[in-house]
Amino acid sequence: MAALATPGAFRVTGWYLTAFRRLWKMNLLSSFVQPMLYLLGLGVGVGSLVDRNTGSTSTLGGVSYVAYVVPGLLVTTAMSLGAMESMWPIMGNLKWQRGYHGIAVTPLEARDIVLGHATWIAFRSAVAGAAVAIALALFPDTRSWGLIPAVAVAALVGVAFATPIMAISVNSEYDGAFAGIQRFYIIPLFLFGGAFYPLSQLPTVVQWMAKIPPLWHGVVVARGFTTGHVAWWATLGHLTYVSIWIAAGAIVATRRLRRKLYP
Amino acid sequence: MSEPLIRAHHLVKKFGDFTAVDGIDVEVQPGEAFGFLGPNGAGKSSTMRMISCVSKPTDGTLRIFGLDPVTDGPKIRARIGVVPQLDTLDTELSVQENLWIYGRFFDLSRAECRRRTTELLDFAQLTERAESVVDDLSGGMKRRLSIARSLINEPSLLLLDEPTTGLDPQARHVLWDRLYRLKQQGVTLVLTTHYMDEAEQLCDRLVVMDQGRIVAEGSPRSLIEQYATREVLELRFAAGTNDQFADQLHGLGSRQEALPDRVLVYADDGEAALQEVHQRGMRPESALVRRASLEDVFLLLTGRTLAD
Repeated sequence: MAALATPGAFRVTGWYLTAFRRLWKMNLLSSFVQPMLYLLGLGVGVGSLVDRNTGSTSTLGGVSYVAYVVPGLLVTTAMSLGAMESMWPIMGNLKWQRGYHGIAVTPLEARDIVLGHATWIAFRSAVAGAAVAIALALFPDTRSWGLIPAVAVAALVGVAFATPIMAISVNSEYDGAFAGIQRFYIIPLFLFGGAFYPLSQLPTVVQWMAKIPPLWHGVVVARGFTTGHVAWWATLGHLTYVSIWIAAGAIVATRRLRRKLYP
Repeated sequence: MSEPLIRAHHLVKKFGDFTAVDGIDVEVQPGEAFGFLGPNGAGKSSTMRMISCVSKPTDGTLRIFGLDPVTDGPKIRARIGVVPQLDTLDTELSVQENLWIYGRFFDLSRAECRRRTTELLDFAQLTERAESVVDDLSGGMKRRLSIARSLINEPSLLLLDEPTTGLDPQARHVLWDRLYRLKQQGVTLVLTTHYMDEAEQLCDRLVVMDQGRIVAEGSPRSLIEQYATREVLELRFAAGTNDQFADQLHGLGSRQEALPDRVLVYADDGEAALQEVHQRGMRPESALVRRASLEDVFLLLTGRTLAD
């Protein structure tokens, strides 16, 4: 008999990978350069200001500002990647190039496409995160074994943004929704999501709002790993919360995609 | 007779209040080339999408290989090839990458994907373009690639929705030749078309669809014999006067049909009918005697042309 079947989701991920092979250098470069620019600008520029300010290190948990910002950068990079890759590309596969319609007439199903996309985002986020982590490991101030689990957490957060946004993209008739997602979800989270300064600096209402999306939870966990202060139970709680986002997004996206592909 | 590959009974597809397919009965036998002929909006594509297991029937029963598409969709799709009306190729990838990837969707091993890709590239006459990006191909080449890709799982049933729409005549003939070869290899072909010449060339048997229903069924030859006369006399009169002459043509041949641009006279002997036209003192601007085609069958059955 034939060998064990490759799970449908991995067959879909294989397709993404083949398409990516043509573009990976450009992609990797940009998903590496951008966080490095932020790191230099914020870490070195803002950092020198923050670190000179007496008492700030206690707010930051006793680490330098650069060390504080690093996990934030890893996780926000994954967030934008997961979000971006789940907007126009999804619409293109349904409306323009219609790749998903091509898959719909093979034995694969909507579930395989959604899980394949999620796997792909996890992989992309991990690769992008790893590139940044390798650069960070070159400097004593940011070098840490904690970078490895932090990259894994970032990948998880990437997926937690990908599946819910995919659910929206699948049902979008026009790409107008995407600008809204960027302006009212991704960019505010980037600025107020706890990536670059403690949420405690913000008004309580904003703090609560910032804790609803998966970003802050991922940042807290990743920061625990890179700074060496891991609160295991809290970590478990945060990761469960992030996973709920992934699962809920995947379920809704699958249901909607099935309705689109198999009317 | 063997079990039909496709068996549809009272098949219905509704979209809200609109009934796209209105209770059709169809059986397709293994090895047949079967066509759905009809104008745009006749329900051909909706029928095809139900057979491809992407669209659920609203009512009636549909069996493919004896399986129910609603519950066994993936199982059926593993054994069929689908060439959709709109290409779903990966335009940024190369020709051979498109084939490899598609094979992987069917869980073929990489080695097997490569082996079949080599064969299919040859079949589709695309071997020299194997490394070209799909974007750079002509319309006819893209269509051939779509067909090649649909064959990667070696299907016994190939479904083609409007396979040559939008192609130039030469590209259409190349495509027909490829499809004819598949038919000779024993692949069952089911296609939709609104080109009567395509249906005549490719189909052993076809149904004529109009407004969601089947209005006639048979081989192209038998449909023409049954519904049309052997020959057709086409007359063109001065613009705007066709209707007026239609009256004068009364009783000529077995039937007359006034179209906006010409008058058709259905007669077994077209030349004799033309002589009669001259004897009655009419002077058409042009006159042409031709054999009856499926287009005439459609016109006689529905009172409209396929292009309407």
